[in-house]
Amino acid sequence: MSMEELFAPMKEPMILGAGISIVVGAIAVFAGLTYFKKWGWLYKNWLTTVDHKKIGVMYIFVALVMLFRGGIDALLMRAQTAVPENGLLNAEHYNEIFTTHGLIMIIFMAMPFIIGLMNVVVPLQIGARDVAFPRLNALSFWLFAAGAGLLNISFVIGGSPNAGWSSYFPLAGIEFNPGVGNNYYAWALQISGLGTLMTGINFITTIMKMRAPGMKLMKMPMFTWSALITNIIITFAFPVLTVALALMTLDRQFGTKFFAMQDGGMDMLWANLFWVWGHPEVYIVILPAFGIFSEVISTFSRKNLFGYTSMVFSMVLISLLSFMVWVHHFYTMGHGVMVNGIFSTTTMLIAVPTGVKIFNWLLTMRHGKISFTTPMLYALAFIPIFTIGGVTGVMLAMASADYQYHNTMFLVAHFHYVLIPGTVFGVLAGYHFWWPKIFGFRLNEKLGKAAFWCIAVGFNVAFFPLFILGLDGYARRMYTYSADTGFGPLNMLSFAGALVMAVGFMLICYNIYYSFRHSPRDLNGDPWDARSLEWATHSPVPEYNFAIVPKINRLDEFWYAKKEGRDITAGKYERIHMPNNSGAPMWMAGVLFLFSFFFVFSVWSLVIVFAVATLGFMAYRSFEKDEGHHIEVAEIEATERRLRGEQ
Amino acid sequence: MSKENKSVPLEYSTEENELKIFGFWVFLGAEILLFATLFSVYFALVDRTGSGPTGKEIFELPPVLVETFVLLTSSFLIGLGVHAMRIGRTKAMMVFYILTLLLGAVFLGVEINEFLTYIHDGATIQTNAFMSSLMTLLGTHGAHVTFGLLWGSGILMQIKKRGLNAKTANKAFIFSLYWHFLDVVWIFIFSFVYLKGVL
Repeated sequence: MSMEELFAPMKEPMILGAGISIVVGAIAVFAGLTYFKKWGWLYKNWLTTVDHKKIGVMYIFVALVMLFRGGIDALLMRAQTAVPENGLLNAEHYNEIFTTHGLIMIIFMAMPFIIGLMNVVVPLQIGARDVAFPRLNALSFWLFAAGAGLLNISFVIGGSPNAGWSSYFPLAGIEFNPGVGNNYYAWALQISGLGTLMTGINFITTIMKMRAPGMKLMKMPMFTWSALITNIIITFAFPVLTVALALMTLDRQFGTKFFAMQDGGMDMLWANLFWVWGHPEVYIVILPAFGIFSEVISTFSRKNLFGYTSMVFSMVLISLLSFMVWVHHFYTMGHGVMVNGIFSTTTMLIAVPTGVKIFNWLLTMRHGKISFTTPMLYALAFIPIFTIGGVTGVMLAMASADYQYHNTMFLVAHFHYVLIPGTVFGVLAGYHFWWPKIFGFRLNEKLGKAAFWCIAVGFNVAFFPLFILGLDGYARRMYTYSADTGFGPLNMLSFAGALVMAVGFMLICYNIYYSFRHSPRDLNGDPWDARSLEWATHSPVPEYNFAIVPKINRLDEFWYAKKEGRDITAGKYERIHMPNNSGAPMWMAGVLFLFSFFFVFSVWSLVIVFAVATLGFMAYRSFEKDEGHHIEVAEIEATERRLRGEQ
Repeated sequence: MSKENKSVPLEYSTEENELKIFGFWVFLGAEILLFATLFSVYFALVDRTGSGPTGKEIFELPPVLVETFVLLTSSFLIGLGVHAMRIGRTKAMMVFYILTLLLGAVFLGVEINEFLTYIHDGATIQTNAFMSSLMTLLGTHGAHVTFGLLWGSGILMQIKKRGLNAKTANKAFIFSLYWHFLDVVWIFIFSFVYLKGVL
């Protein structure tokens, strides 16, 4: 690799500016930490932590940063297309931006936000002291962070991937896509995907094996159920991505013929492998959001969840069907009436369990005492907006009609109508709902609601016009269009909506600062008068989660105990065994980051060095003596007294 | 440390051990999907040979039979090793594990030789889609065996240094699960790649 190859993207002023701002930002953070002497604190309390709550917070922090990176991509796209024949971005730059927008929003925003919330909440909801494999959990986070870092440096060093987030062959192959952009794609996804697979295994084990005594599967909170099913999907879907990306790397860097245009290669094989992972991925990001909405709606309607059992079974059904619909992403590739017919049917079938869930939420609210808090507003807006997304999804599911919608803005509008009210509203609802559990104070409701209205209204203004544009024949991924198509005015409207959404997200950030300064601290650990076990312990949660692990007799045990005046966390303290912190996960992920970086540029000597170093880390872990430590009874008593506010 | 439960084998005796065995089974579930995907790719591309060779032209059964015999025997031996571990015979257990790893190394030697023969015959991973998928499938399995040799040696070193206890027994048992799994994958490779290929 030459210097010129490395810094080729810098020739463009906008990218040069972004590159400079990354360097300046990094220097500012570095200088700030040094000036305030916070390096030791950061390393000891955060970078080396194996505490599921802190790992969750780090996941959510990175997800929010990525939300802004992906959001800026989105604004640039809407700005470029706001007027016909705009020259803000050239075709190549536009290609890169829609590619990284998709990748970042799905892989580095939605996934980590959801995994972050799972990390914070699931062990608390089941009354566990940590996840099954705390050290592995830290490694999962750091691998994800390494992948995110790799993708984000691509646009300043070497060039971004530009073949769309689905990177179809032959476009993504070396012949039509020389340069390192798509190597970055393969490796950034590969290492963060490994982290996600580890999360899947970790959480299945945690939920199956570490529930509080008496908590049968059918007495678990709905969010924990959604997390269990999601992690099962992760464990079975991600290996397919691992293989697909490995084959992509082999084709691009070692001249194999999997997806080649000659010597027997099959370009459609990529599309199949990608979507065999890619469609379950959609449900990986939506099912936990369903779980969050279930918790939020039940809490703020002051009623137990309607149709608990049917909620569980519909999620199981969705997870099974999610593996049987992948072909609907490419009906137009010509595999015949029979195949299209089968996949059309399975796709439409998914609407059935989803419909069951929608009605369950509505019936949960019926006769409830609804309080309109910020999380509840997101849940309420989710139902009608998501239904629009669902119904347009059924339209797209009809294979013969799909020939009209395929690759138009109609499709783009559809999946944003599913992913934004579903996943984004879901994680924002969860974020506002569980914030006081993590930090011990609530986010300001006024600012939270203002942000909600900006996002909800802005979203519809930004995306509804795209349905109409799509039906008028506006193809997706076009960097510009001519004035006589008549697409101009609706595109401008869409840009205006995107700006309103941006204001909403800025309000969410400002709210962190404002609430940190002004919100009253919460002392009883249950500010929303909620139902599940995470609210039974203090806020912020002590390291060991529960001094006494509660016994569970029924769903929403904590709620009924509150009504009956029982204290489920009373009992005699015993010393608690906890895992030790370790810096190894971070350093190992750092080594894998360098391994991948040099792999991207085919610098084999350094690739081998860092591969050996990775094996060294694994050997170190195997030979290390790590017995963990104990928290003694005296310390538990002191912590509990302090958290109850009696000094 | 959590309390030891004496009524179950050593490798299951602590809560942490039980979690690790359960987690490893889930991991094997993911591994099944990994190999299933590679098999699917192979089946999709097996007849797409372009101008390159077909399976019938390059497969030779004798070395494959050696590989199969060696790997199946190693799987049997590691089973004996786990049995020895359960009755507390550390020495015997280590001998069985060492034999297992030695047979693994023999398997790997034969497989590397097979790859070299293909390359010598002009059939490389770049020749055609069939060769790409064949070598990737076999290579992934071979890489797993290689990793197993390193991993297994590390565990043996720990048992030699620290003796058999809840931790080392747990590691040795999990390693045996991994080794059996590689054997199962090989049976599929033997049947659906080689036998089907020469018939």
